[in-house]
Amino acid sequence: MEGLPILSLMLLVPLVGAVLCMMSNATNARWIALIATLIDLVLGIALWMNFDIGGAQWQFTERADLFAGFQYALGIDGIALMLIMLSVFLMPICILASWTSVTKRVGEYMAAFLVMELLMIGVFAAQDILLFYIFFEAGLIPMYLIIGIWGGSDRIYASFKFFLYTLLGSVVMLIAMLWMIGEAGTSSIPVLLQYDFAPEAQTWLWLAFFASFAVKMPMWPVHTWLPAAHVQAPTAGSVILAGVLLKLGGYGFIRFSLPMFPEASAQFVWLVFGLSMAAVVITSLIALVQQDMKKLIAYSSVAHMAIVTAGLFAFNFQGLEGAMVMMLSHGLVSGALFLCVGVIYDRLHTREIARYGGLATNMPRYALFFLLFTMASIGLPGTSGFVAEFISLAGVYQISSTTTFVLTTGIILGAGYMLYLYRRVVFGEQKNADAAAMPDLNAREWLMLTPVAAAVLWMGVYPESFLAPMRSDIAAVEARIARAAPQGDAMPVAGEPREHAANYVAGDHGGGEGEHGGSAGTESEH
Amino acid sequence: MDYANSFGHIVPELVLTGAALALLLVSAFAGDKASRLVSILAAVALGGAGAFAASTLAEGSSGAAAVAFGGLLSADAFAGFAKLLMYIAAIGCLMIAPGFFDHRKAMKPEYPVLVLFATVGMSIMVSATDLITLYIGLELNSLAAYVLASFLRNDSRSAEAGLKYFVLGALASGILLYGMSLTYGFTGTTSFDGIRIAQETGLSTGALFGLIFVLAGLAFKISAVPFHMWTPDVYEGAPTPVTTFFATAPKVAAIVLTARVALDAFGSQPDAWRQVVIFAALASIVVGALGAIGQNNLKRLLAYSSINNVGFILVGLAAASAEGASAMLFYLAIYVVMSLGSFAAVLMLRNGDGDNLETFEDIAGLSSTRPGIAWCLAALMFSLAGIPPLMGFFAKLAVFWAVVNAGLIPLAVIGMAASVIGAFYYLKFVKVMFFDEPVGRATKAGSAAQWAILVVCTVLISPLGWFLTGALETMTNTAAAGLFAGV
Repeated sequence: MEGLPILSLMLLVPLVGAVLCMMSNATNARWIALIATLIDLVLGIALWMNFDIGGAQWQFTERADLFAGFQYALGIDGIALMLIMLSVFLMPICILASWTSVTKRVGEYMAAFLVMELLMIGVFAAQDILLFYIFFEAGLIPMYLIIGIWGGSDRIYASFKFFLYTLLGSVVMLIAMLWMIGEAGTSSIPVLLQYDFAPEAQTWLWLAFFASFAVKMPMWPVHTWLPAAHVQAPTAGSVILAGVLLKLGGYGFIRFSLPMFPEASAQFVWLVFGLSMAAVVITSLIALVQQDMKKLIAYSSVAHMAIVTAGLFAFNFQGLEGAMVMMLSHGLVSGALFLCVGVIYDRLHTREIARYGGLATNMPRYALFFLLFTMASIGLPGTSGFVAEFISLAGVYQISSTTTFVLTTGIILGAGYMLYLYRRVVFGEQKNADAAAMPDLNAREWLMLTPVAAAVLWMGVYPESFLAPMRSDIAAVEARIARAAPQGDAMPVAGEPREHAANYVAGDHGGGEGEHGGSAGTESEH
Repeated sequence: MDYANSFGHIVPELVLTGAALALLLVSAFAGDKASRLVSILAAVALGGAGAFAASTLAEGSSGAAAVAFGGLLSADAFAGFAKLLMYIAAIGCLMIAPGFFDHRKAMKPEYPVLVLFATVGMSIMVSATDLITLYIGLELNSLAAYVLASFLRNDSRSAEAGLKYFVLGALASGILLYGMSLTYGFTGTTSFDGIRIAQETGLSTGALFGLIFVLAGLAFKISAVPFHMWTPDVYEGAPTPVTTFFATAPKVAAIVLTARVALDAFGSQPDAWRQVVIFAALASIVVGALGAIGQNNLKRLLAYSSINNVGFILVGLAAASAEGASAMLFYLAIYVVMSLGSFAAVLMLRNGDGDNLETFEDIAGLSSTRPGIAWCLAALMFSLAGIPPLMGFFAKLAVFWAVVNAGLIPLAVIGMAASVIGAFYYLKFVKVMFFDEPVGRATKAGSAAQWAILVVCTVLISPLGWFLTGALETMTNTAAAGLFAGV
């Protein structure tokens, strides 16, 4: 594969597909979009196969000079590889999810999705900070159109809120980027990753980047655009939003905020942890009282993303690794949950939980899939959610046991709202005749849900496949931020071994009781 | 004084003046029948003049080599770039006009002639290196513009626009003249070089007053807040092709002139005018954005959009550096393309009777009925909002980059944050065209020339325009270097 510009090819395929879709009728547009996304999936698999684990940090690099000293520079490390894989994996599923439910302006719809795919791959592959920004921001346009044209009844409000909220967050980041380019004299991300900005400047830069990534993430309290956007977007739009777009914030943190501003990151750990704790508890409680399925899952996304942010700012390997797995797992699981909602929404055209009930009777296969993804969302061992939550919380525990405690509460609440949702939709008596008459999954829906289910189980049973490519890159981030790592409150201290066994009784009774060397002591929680 | 050399420097102006006078005679004798011919000949003259302007830009001429008539004019690369841009914009405005005026049976050969006269005035403005030349150029441009604004003489809105423009323009000219006289009184010279040298040692209060009045007068011409109030009324009332003209060529001329006055004449005292410029820039961005939100008339909205854009261009001026001047020109070039495209699209919105539509209700659901116009207009609006990957983003990037490098971070942050307010009403365009139910009012097709302008503008601001950015950047850098070499 050497010499083949595979990343550019991955950008080109959806672009060509989008242009073709614009010019063709509905049926052709669907097929063109599906084929284009499948080609990209194949290219993505080729990318993974050829990725040299433990090799150079940046692989598949491409470079071409553009104007103003900024470059068309692409290249990926393991972190980017995994997120690109997530994107190309979800895209064909999104196209399938919209196969019959989207009937108006199909060509433009498919084109918008293909452009989204292009931009998402671009974001993860960009090695120039301005190129990153261009891909990052350009995603607003297709998403705005997707929500606004094909969304639900309140789509206009949601589309404006989504657009302006995220734009406001990002423009400040642009100014910070320009300053950084002026200071470091380059816009290349790999070079900037090694550049040490003065700690005072870092504080401002970090806040500027935080303004953007916190909104994208989204972190409490700037998450309010997310439920609105999710609820109004079409199913596939929600899948992309939850599956990939929310990962942009986390990717931004791990790519920019942490390694570029380690001192500032350490300085703001309290802020991130505070917001994460608030998010987990508050949004979980909000999710408990939702009557709308999509809104419930949207709030659960905010809660899960809070675990990501906490993990990222744990300043240790496990935290970072756990956060990455959480992003991948959440991308699959919440995407799948939105697909599950989409399946029954297509049949009954309502997202109201009370309109369903007892689906286990007439849709047993659907109930099985829904159960799997519900369990994965809760974090049942054997699913990807467990791996994600366990590793990230283990990481967070090393730095703050209080935070871990609160985050764990969120997981319990998470089990609460997800099981409550499942009970109301799938179990119970069939109180609505039209819901009881819904047919079970058809072949297309099988095709959508099976791959995601397989991936969720794979990640739950053998996460090493996904961890291996990222390992050295996460280690690089960890090495970079180690110098600023704050002292944890739950650090086990290596003590001196006792002189004698515990049941040793001294012959001359010389030593008093309780006189032992410093045992493994932990500071009490404050 | 070496007249041969001096006349060599003003070839574009000579070509345009000669053409304008000759075409005036043609139109006087041949009447309305000749309007098409006159338009074509005027465009040819503009093209020829543009070729000369391009050559001065290509040579990168600057300093003493470019000075004509003993320091009254300078045909340097800075002026060359502005002229090139203005001539292209003027040709565009000539092309889109017949489709509008023909329907009203109001296409007269005086339109291209007046455009030519205005363009001569603008050429003098951008070349002026003396307050007197500046004023002559400005007034020549303005007088032609007043007539153009009321070109539809049977239409009361057009007549009102012309009158309003005239009265307020006269007031601004008065303010400008007063400032010029103060500056002359305190520095003893009207030449930009002389003023700069005289102020190198310090700025007296009287001279500061002069500077402020000059800037206030110029702010009126570029419709910067707080001297912007005429813009929405004039833009709405004037015939749409004339509005297009106002929003493009004279804007370029006035902004380039302002830059030259600030960076050359008052270049030795940047701190004296910087805060004025910063205020005008931020106020224009905010007022332009907030004022546009409530508008229902598309032309009025685009007027506020131009105020908003002027604010961003002034941000580049506040940097007071060669990089800032280059960024301004870069922004101007992209702004001209975006404005030309948006107005061309508005011109193409016509109902079954051929009357022009200009409110939001008229374009509801345009993407279903006229997808071509709707997609082009959407791209233009996203570009005006500064969303990558469209060129409008790079324009903003350039000015903010210059400002950040000049160390004015707070200005950059506030300006950028305020651009989000502007994004709201640009999005409203897209929302109305794409999300609302179609009304199907805009049924009649635009003219071929209008289509051509719209498509060319859209392609230029699309990512395909990236290929031209390198060349544009070289040009703006040469132009800015031409200005600063003389300083």
